[in-house]
Amino acid sequence: MNTTLAHTAAFALFAPRRLAAAIGLAALCSATLASTALASPDPNDWDAVLEQADGQTVYWNAWGGDSRTNRYIDWVDGRMQERFGVEVEHVKLEDTGSAVARVLAEKQAGNDDDGSVDLIWINGENFAAMRKHELLFGPFAESLPHFDLTHPADNPEVITDFTLPTEGFESPWGRAQITFYYDSRAASLAGQSEPPGSMAELLDWARENPGRFTYPRIPDFTGSTFLKQALIELTEQDDALYQPVSESDFAAVTAPLWDYLDALHPHLWREGRSFPESGPALRALMSDGELDLAFSFYPTDAAVAVREYQLPQSVRSYVLDGGTLGNVHFVAIPYNSPHKAGAMALANFLLSPVAQAKKQSLDYWGDRTVLDMARLSDEQQALFEAQGDNPALPPAGAFDKTLAEPHPSWMTALQDAWLERYGVN
Amino acid sequence: MLRLAPALVIALLTLPVAAGLVMVGLPAFGYLPVLGGEALSLAPWRELFSQPGLWRSAALSLASGLATPAVALGAVVLFLAAGQRGRLARAVHRLISPLLAVPHAALGFGLAFLIAPSGLAMRLLSPWLTGAKQPPDALIVNDPLGLSLMAGLVLKEIPFLLLMSLAALYQLRPEKHVETARSLGYAPTLGWLKTVLPVLYPLIRLPVYAVIAYASANVDMALILGPRLPPTLAVSILEWFNDPDLERRFMASAAAVLQLGVTLTALVIWWLGERIMARLLRGWLCAGSRQRGEATLRLVGRTLLPVAGLVALAALVGLALFSVAGFWRFPEALPQSITLDHWQRFTPMLGEALGSTAIIALAATLVATLLVLAVLENEHRRQLQPARSLWLLYLPLIVPQIAFLFGLVVAAESVGIGPQIGLVIAGHLLFVLPYVYLSLAEAYRRLDPRWLEIARSLGVSRNAAFVRVRLPLLAAPLATACAVGLAISIGQYLPTRLLGAGRVETVTTEAVALASGGNRRLISVWALVQALLPLLGFMLAAALPRFLTRRETRHGHH
Repeated sequence: MNTTLAHTAAFALFAPRRLAAAIGLAALCSATLASTALASPDPNDWDAVLEQADGQTVYWNAWGGDSRTNRYIDWVDGRMQERFGVEVEHVKLEDTGSAVARVLAEKQAGNDDDGSVDLIWINGENFAAMRKHELLFGPFAESLPHFDLTHPADNPEVITDFTLPTEGFESPWGRAQITFYYDSRAASLAGQSEPPGSMAELLDWARENPGRFTYPRIPDFTGSTFLKQALIELTEQDDALYQPVSESDFAAVTAPLWDYLDALHPHLWREGRSFPESGPALRALMSDGELDLAFSFYPTDAAVAVREYQLPQSVRSYVLDGGTLGNVHFVAIPYNSPHKAGAMALANFLLSPVAQAKKQSLDYWGDRTVLDMARLSDEQQALFEAQGDNPALPPAGAFDKTLAEPHPSWMTALQDAWLERYGVN
Repeated sequence: MLRLAPALVIALLTLPVAAGLVMVGLPAFGYLPVLGGEALSLAPWRELFSQPGLWRSAALSLASGLATPAVALGAVVLFLAAGQRGRLARAVHRLISPLLAVPHAALGFGLAFLIAPSGLAMRLLSPWLTGAKQPPDALIVNDPLGLSLMAGLVLKEIPFLLLMSLAALYQLRPEKHVETARSLGYAPTLGWLKTVLPVLYPLIRLPVYAVIAYASANVDMALILGPRLPPTLAVSILEWFNDPDLERRFMASAAAVLQLGVTLTALVIWWLGERIMARLLRGWLCAGSRQRGEATLRLVGRTLLPVAGLVALAALVGLALFSVAGFWRFPEALPQSITLDHWQRFTPMLGEALGSTAIIALAATLVATLLVLAVLENEHRRQLQPARSLWLLYLPLIVPQIAFLFGLVVAAESVGIGPQIGLVIAGHLLFVLPYVYLSLAEAYRRLDPRWLEIARSLGVSRNAAFVRVRLPLLAAPLATACAVGLAISIGQYLPTRLLGAGRVETVTTEAVALASGGNRRLISVWALVQALLPLLGFMLAAALPRFLTRRETRHGHH
C-alpha cells in the first residue's frame, strides 16, 4: 500500500504539459509537436507589450557569482513588480553556457513554446552560437522605447557583438573593459613609478618578479580575453582578427603570441604549471597575497573588492598604454520563452536612466552605462552620481582607448591552440 | 500490492538512468538532429581522442577512483581493528555525523584553504618559523597528480565508510569473534582483522563500490582541488557541455560515455583486486601467526583516521574564520578584523533557499524510506533471499551523474515534463533511495525474527507487528538512514540545477553559483549553512530514537 501511494504522490507532483508526447525512443529524439503558443507579442506595439507583460513572471538567467550583481537584480525585481506587474526571478548561473544548453535541450525535445528561460545575460560566443542555431527571439531590441538613449549611430558597439551585428536580437545592458590592478605597496611595484603598461613591459616585470602574475586557465572567458589582448598588441596583422579565422593564416598571425607566451610562462605563478580557474579565482589569489598584479574585465572590480575586505587599501587600477579590449554585454530572449512581453518590458527597464544609474553606482554594482550621456537631459544626467575619488578606481579618461573584440571564431581557435600547446603539463 | 514493490523501485531508478544514457549515447555517435547531426558517425569520438591530455584526464579519474577507496577503507578498517573502547574511539564516533553532513564542495574549499601555500597552515607558521613573508610559489592544491583531490575525497569518504561499517558491525557482534581469537592467543588487532574483517567486508562492499564510482567521476571536489592541466575527465566533460560552441556537444556526449567506461573499469579492477587479495590473504589468515605486526597495525589504526578527522575539522575551522573575516592576508594568522557583514548579506536570500531545500530533502527521503521499507518487508514476508536484481538499485550511484543527467533533461522535456520541484524531488530520489537502502537493508534483514514471531503468536496481525514491533526496534538504523538520505539530497547540485532549470533554488545551487564568484568569505558562509542543515538532521536522528524508545518503554510499563 505504502508503495503505490508514495509512487502516485511522487508523480502527482508533475504537471505533464503534453500527455500526447510520443513514447518510443525514436520519437523522444525528434518529437516535434503542434505549436500551441500564444502569438509572440509585436515589439512595435509597446502598449500591447506592457499589457501582455502585466502579471508575467520572467525567468532571467544571469551569472550569479557576484552578490552585488545579485542584489542589483533583486532591486530590479522590486521595481518591475511595482511599475509593470512583472515578477523577475533571477536564475543564478555558474556559467552562461548552461542556459544555452537548456534552450538547446528544449529545442531538441520539441518544446518550442514553453521554454524555461525568458531572458539571458549574454554576449560574444554564446550569442553567436544561439543566433547560428536560431535559438533567439527577435528582432526586438531596436523597438524598445529606451533604446534610442544608447544612440547607436555614435556608439556602434551597442549594436555590434564581437564584430557580429546584433540585428535587434539582443539589447545592450552594460560595458566591460580589461582593467589591470596591482598592490602599490608590494615590493615588486613599490619602487616603480609606473606599473607595466604594455605586454613587453609585463614580460620584463615578470622576469624580475617571478611568480607574481598569472592569467586564468583557458578556456575561461577572462583568460581567453587576455590572449586576445596580447594578440592584438603583438601581431602586425590586426585586420585579420576582425574577419572569421578561416579567412586568414592562423599560424602566421598568432606566431608572435606563442613566442611571447613561451617566454612569459616560466615567470608566471607556479611557473605556468597551473593556472587559476577563472577571473574571480585570479582575484582570490591577489586577496591571499600570492600575486602582485592581476586584471579583471570589470573596471570597478578592484574598488568593490577593497570595500568587501578582499583586497588591501593599497590596490590601484589602470589600463594599458595602448588601450585594452572592451565590449558591451547584452540581454537576449530565447525563441521559446513563454514570457516574451515581460522579458521585453524588463530589457527596456534595464535601459532606463534610473536603472542604468543605479547599476553604475559603486554602492550597487559599479557596471558602466551603455547610455550616451551627452544625449541625456540634465535631470537624467544628475541621476549618475560622480564616482568620487576612490583610489582603487581607474583614473578618469582611462577608457578613452577601447580595443574592439575580434570575430568570435578567433576565441575558439585561440583556445584550441593554447590547449594544444600548454594544456598538458 | 507489496509484491510489486521491488519491480516498481527498480523501474523507478533504472528507467531514468537508461533514458538519460540513450539521450547522451545518440549524440555520442553523431545523432542530434537539432544541431544538424542526422546520421550515425564516429566523428565525435575522433574529435574526442584528438583532445590534448585526454588519456591523462581519464587516467587521473581512474587513479582517483581506485586510490581514494583504498586509502579510506584502509584507514577505517585499521581504526576499527585497533579497538573501539577508548576515549579516542568515542571522540571519533561523535565526529562521524558532522563530517558526513559536510558537503563535498564545502570540505574541498576548506581543505584548499588549509593546505595552500598562502593558506591557514602556512599563515600560522609564518613568518616566525618558515621565514616566509610571501607565500612560497609551490604547486600543492591542484597538483598534476591529483594528490590533493584524492586527499579531499578520502577525508570525505572516511566518515561514510565508517558509518556503514559500524552499522554492519552492530549486527555481527565482533566482540565474540575477537574474544575467541584472543583465547587462542591472537593479539587483539590481528584477531579482529583475521576474524571480523572477512565477514564485515561483504557487508560493506556496495558502499565501497559507491565510493569508487563517486571518486572516479565527481565534479564538485575536482573543480576545487583537482589538477588543471589537464583536469579530470568529469571536469572536462562539464566544460565541453557548457562550451559556447554548441557543436562540442557531440564530443561532450562521447566523453560522457567514456566516463562511464572509466568508472566501470575502476569497478572491474577493484573487483579483480578483491579476488587477488582474498587469495593472498588466505595464506596469512591460516598461517597462525598471532602477534607479528600487531604494534604497527595498531599504531596506524589509532593515528590515520583521527588525523584525517583533525584535518577535516581544521578545514572547517578555516571556513568558519573566513565567514567572519575582515581583511586577512598572508602571513597574518588571524583576520585583521571580525565582521558579521557576510552573514548579514545572506539572511534575506536564505529564506527561500532553505525552504525549498527542506521540502525537497524531506519529500525525497520520505518517499525513499517508504519504498525501501516496502521492498524489505516484501522480502521478509515472502521469505525471499535478497533478489539479485536489487543490484540495479545502485545503478544511479554507479553510472556517473554527468553521463546521464544531461540526457535525462531532454528525455523529461520530450514527454512534456518541464522543470518543477516535483521533477527535482524525483531526481533526488534516484540518489537518495540507494543510500537509504544501503543504510537500512542489513539491519532490517538481520533483525532477530523471534521478536516478530512472538508478536504474531500473541495474535498481532502482520501489519500491526510491522508497525508496533519492527519499526520501533529498527528506530536507530531507520533514523540514520533518513539522516543519510537528507544529507545526500541536500548536497545534490547537478540534478537540482539541471532538472529544475535553475528555477528551484536550494542552498547548494546558491552556494555553487556564488562559488563561481570566488569570494571566499561568502562561499564560507554558504558552505557552513550547507553543512549545518544535514547536521541538524543527524542530530535529530541521534536524539529521536532515544526519545521514542524512552516513551515506548514508559508506555509499556503502564
